[in-house]
Amino acid sequence: MVTVSMNTGLLLASILFLIGLVGVLTRRNILFMLMSIEIMLNATGLAFIVAGAHWLQADGQVMFLFILAMAAAEVALGLALILQMHRQHKTLDSNVLNLLKD
Amino acid sequence: MNVIFYITAIIAIIATLLVVTRTNAVHALLYLIVSLLSISVIFFILGAPFIAALEVIVYAGAIMILFVFVVMMLNQGKESLKQEKEWFKIKNWIGPSILSLILLIELIYVFTSVDTPVGNTGIVDTHEISKSLFGPYILGVEMVAMLLMTATVGAFHIGREKKNEYHRFLKKEE
Amino acid sequence: MDNILNLLWLLPALPLFGFLVLAIFGSKFSKRGIAFIGVGTVGISALIAIIIGISYLTHTPPGNSYSQTLWTWFNVAGFSPSITFYLDPLSLIFCFVVTFVGFLIHWYSAESMEEGEGYARYFAYMNLFICAMLVLVLADNLLLLYMGWEGVGLCSFLLIGFWYKDDENSAAARKAFIVTRIGDTMMLIGLFLLVKSFGTLNVAAILSGAPAVWTQGSSLAFWGAFLLLGGALGKSAQFPLQVWLPDAMAGPSPVSALIHAATMVTAGVYLIARMHVLYELAPAVQMLIAIIGAVTLIIAGFSALMQNDIKRILAYSTISQIGYMFLALGVGAFSSGVFHFFIHAFFKSLLFLSAGAVILALGDEHDIRKMGGLRKKMPVVFWTFLFGAGALAALPFVTAGFYSKDEIIWYAFASDKGSIWLWLAAFGGSFITSIYTFRMVFHTFFGEQKTEISYVPGNRIKIPLIILGILSLIAGFVELPEWMGHFAPFSKFLNTALPAVSLANVAGSTETILLLINMIFALLGVWIAWRFYKKPQLLSSLQTGAGKRLSNFLFEGWKFDWFYDHVLVRPVVWLSRIDKTDFIEKIYGGVGNLNIWLNKVFGRTENGNIRWYTMGVALGAVITLTIILFL
Repeated sequence: MVTVSMNTGLLLASILFLIGLVGVLTRRNILFMLMSIEIMLNATGLAFIVAGAHWLQADGQVMFLFILAMAAAEVALGLALILQMHRQHKTLDSNVLNLLKD
Repeated sequence: MNVIFYITAIIAIIATLLVVTRTNAVHALLYLIVSLLSISVIFFILGAPFIAALEVIVYAGAIMILFVFVVMMLNQGKESLKQEKEWFKIKNWIGPSILSLILLIELIYVFTSVDTPVGNTGIVDTHEISKSLFGPYILGVEMVAMLLMTATVGAFHIGREKKNEYHRFLKKEE
Repeated sequence: MDNILNLLWLLPALPLFGFLVLAIFGSKFSKRGIAFIGVGTVGISALIAIIIGISYLTHTPPGNSYSQTLWTWFNVAGFSPSITFYLDPLSLIFCFVVTFVGFLIHWYSAESMEEGEGYARYFAYMNLFICAMLVLVLADNLLLLYMGWEGVGLCSFLLIGFWYKDDENSAAARKAFIVTRIGDTMMLIGLFLLVKSFGTLNVAAILSGAPAVWTQGSSLAFWGAFLLLGGALGKSAQFPLQVWLPDAMAGPSPVSALIHAATMVTAGVYLIARMHVLYELAPAVQMLIAIIGAVTLIIAGFSALMQNDIKRILAYSTISQIGYMFLALGVGAFSSGVFHFFIHAFFKSLLFLSAGAVILALGDEHDIRKMGGLRKKMPVVFWTFLFGAGALAALPFVTAGFYSKDEIIWYAFASDKGSIWLWLAAFGGSFITSIYTFRMVFHTFFGEQKTEISYVPGNRIKIPLIILGILSLIAGFVELPEWMGHFAPFSKFLNTALPAVSLANVAGSTETILLLINMIFALLGVWIAWRFYKKPQLLSSLQTGAGKRLSNFLFEGWKFDWFYDHVLVRPVVWLSRIDKTDFIEKIYGGVGNLNIWLNKVFGRTENGNIRWYTMGVALGAVITLTIILFL
C-alpha cells in the first residue's frame, strides 16, 4: 500500500542488522548477546518481507515463517544453555566460556 | 502514506539502539518488544498482514516472554546491575562501531548501484501464503516441524537439573 | 648318476634354505628342531661336497673345471654377469673346508649355544654365512664373488654382535664392519677398474685376457691388483686393517672358530690366489703382499705373547698365520699358501672350539692366569687342544702344521721373489708362535686349578674336537716336502689352477740346514715357554719401567687402536661436532623455528572469547565484500 522502493526497506533492514551486530560484539552478558542475535534475525526477516512485497510473491513471507520457527527453536535452546551455564559458573559473563583456547 | 513508514522506521531504529545500550535486562527486553511491534507495523503497511500478526504473536508474544521468564529465573539482583554498569565502557564500542560503519557503507553502495523501479503495491494475503506452504514448500514445513520437535526435546534435556550419579564403587570416596 | 657335478648348486642352496626356514619360523621349532635344521643343512652340504670332490677326482671334467649356470643376473650395455658356479681345484678345496669344518662347528655349537636365548637366530645367521661363503668361493665372476664377500661381512657383523644387549659387543661388531668396509670399498673401485679394462668380470675371461690388455708393471695393472689387495687386507685382517679381529672375539666361540679362523678371514687369500695372473702382472704389488704378510706376522706374533685372554691370543695368532699365507702368495708359492690355509682351518678352528669348551666349563672365564689344572679333569679337551697347539707351533713330523708352515718358510727364502729378510721374519715369527702357543697351553691346562669346573662338555662338543684333532695330525701328510719323498698330491692337484713357484738358485743343503734350524727352534720355543711358566720371576723385568712400557705396547697390539683413534676417529668426530651448528644447520633449524614462532603468534588469536570470534566473522565479511565489490 505504500510505495517505498526496495532499497529503502533493505536499508532499514541492514541498519537494524548492524546494530544487532554491534550489540553482539560489545556486550559481555550472555543474555544481551542472545538478544542482539534476535535483533539480527528479525532484521533479516524484514529484508525478506520487503523483497517479497516488492515482487508481490508469497515466497518472502514463507521464508520469514521459516526464519521465525528457527529463531524460536534457537532461543529455546540458547536459553536452556544459559541456564546450564549459570548453574555451573554462577555468572553470566561470557569470558568464562574460554576453555577451548590454545 | 510513506510518512508512516518513515516514522515507524525511526522508532524501530531508536528502540533497537536503546536495546543494545541498556544495562538493565528487563528494560532492554521491553525496548526490544517495542522494536518488534514497530517492525510489525512496517510489515502491515508493506502488505503482509498475516506476517504482521505472526510477528506479534510468536516473536513478541512467545520468544520475548521466554526471555523474560529466564531473566526472572536467573534472579540476578543488584550486583549484576552494578556489574553491567562496570562492563559498559565506551572504548569497547569503538572497534565494532567502525566495523559496522564500514559494512554499512558497503551495503549502501551495493543497494544504490542497482536501480530498481518502484514496484507495484498490493497485498499478499493469507490465501497466497497457505497455497505456497502446502504446495512448493511442503517439505520445508515438514522440516520445520522436525526442527521444533528437536528444539523441544533438546531444550528439555539441556535445561534439566542433573544430579551427579557416581558408580556405586566410587560413592564411598565422596 | 648322470653328472654328480650338477649337484653343485645345492651346496649354497641348502644352507640358504636353512637360513630362510629358521629366520621365518625359527621361534616355532623346539631347540632340537632348530639344531636339526641348522646342523643338518650344512651336514648335507658337506656330504654333497665330499661326493662332488670324489667325483671330480675320479672323473676329472675337461679343462679341469666345471661351470654350472643358474641364470643371468642382469644385462646392461653388454655387461651381463650371471649366477654361475665354477668348480676347479682351488674352489673345491675351499668348498670342502668350508662345508666340512662348518658342519663340525655347527654340531659343536648345537651344544655350546644351547643355554641362552637366540638359538634359532644363531643358526639362521650361521647358515646364511655358510651360504655366502660358498657363493664367494664358487663364484664364476667377480660381481657374484663380491656379493658373497658382502654377505660374509654382514654375517660377521651379525654374529660378532650376537649378544647385542651388551654395548661392547655391538661396538666390536661395528668396528669389524667399518674396518672391513674400508677394504671393501677399495675392492669395489678395483672392480670398476677391471670392468673398464676388460668389459667383463668373469674370472676366467680376465685371467686369460689380462696379459694381452695389461702390460707387466703398468700402472693399470698396479692399481687393479693393489685395489683388490685392499679388499683382501680388510677381510683377512692384515696390516694396516688388522685392528678389528682381536675385538671380534666378543662373539661366541664357534663364531670365532668358523668366521675368524677358518673361513671368512681366508677370503682374502682366496681372492689373491684366484686372481693370481693379475698379481703376476704387477710384481710391485706382489712384493707388497709378501712384505705386508711378513710385517703382520711379526706384529701379531709379538702381540700374542703378551695377551691374557685366551681368545685374544688365538685371534692374534690367526692374524699371524694369515700373514704366513699372504707371505706365501707374495713370493709366488700359491699352492703353499692354499695348503697352509687348508691345515690352518683344521687346527685353528680346533683351538677355538676347545678354548670355547674350556670357557664354557669354567663358567665364562677367559683369563688364562685364572685357569689351570684342567689336564686331568678334561682329558679330551686337553689332548685335542694339545694337538692343535702342536700344529700351530709346527712341531716336527707329527703335526700337520709342520708340513705346511715349513714349506712357506722355505719358499720365503728359496723363491725367486723371496729374500733373506722375508725368511728371517717368517722364521722369527714361527719361533714366537711356538712360545706363545705353549705359554697358553701351560697356563690353561697345567699347574693347580684356580677355577672350578661348572659344566662338563657333552659328546656334541667332544666329537668334533676329536675329529679336528685327528685331522690336525694327519692332514699334513698329503703334501710331503721333497726331501721326504716326492709325495705331493696336494700341489699336483692345484697345479691345474695355480702356477707353481719358481725357485731361485739355492743349494739343496741350504734347505736341510734351514729345516733343522726350524725344528730346533720350534722345540726351543716349547722349552722357553715351560721355563717362564715354571719360574715367573724371570719375567719380573717386564713389570717395571721400560719393560712394563714394552709389555703394555705389545699388549695393546702395538697401539694401533690408539693410533687410529687419534689420527682418524677424533678429527672426524670433532669436525662433525662443529658442523652440527654451522649456518646451513641454522637455515634448516630456522624453518622449524619459524613455524614454532608462527604458532605462538597465531595461537594468541584463539583465546576462547566468543566476541573475539564473532569479530573475526564480521571482519571476514567486510574483507570479502570489499574484495568482491572493488577488486
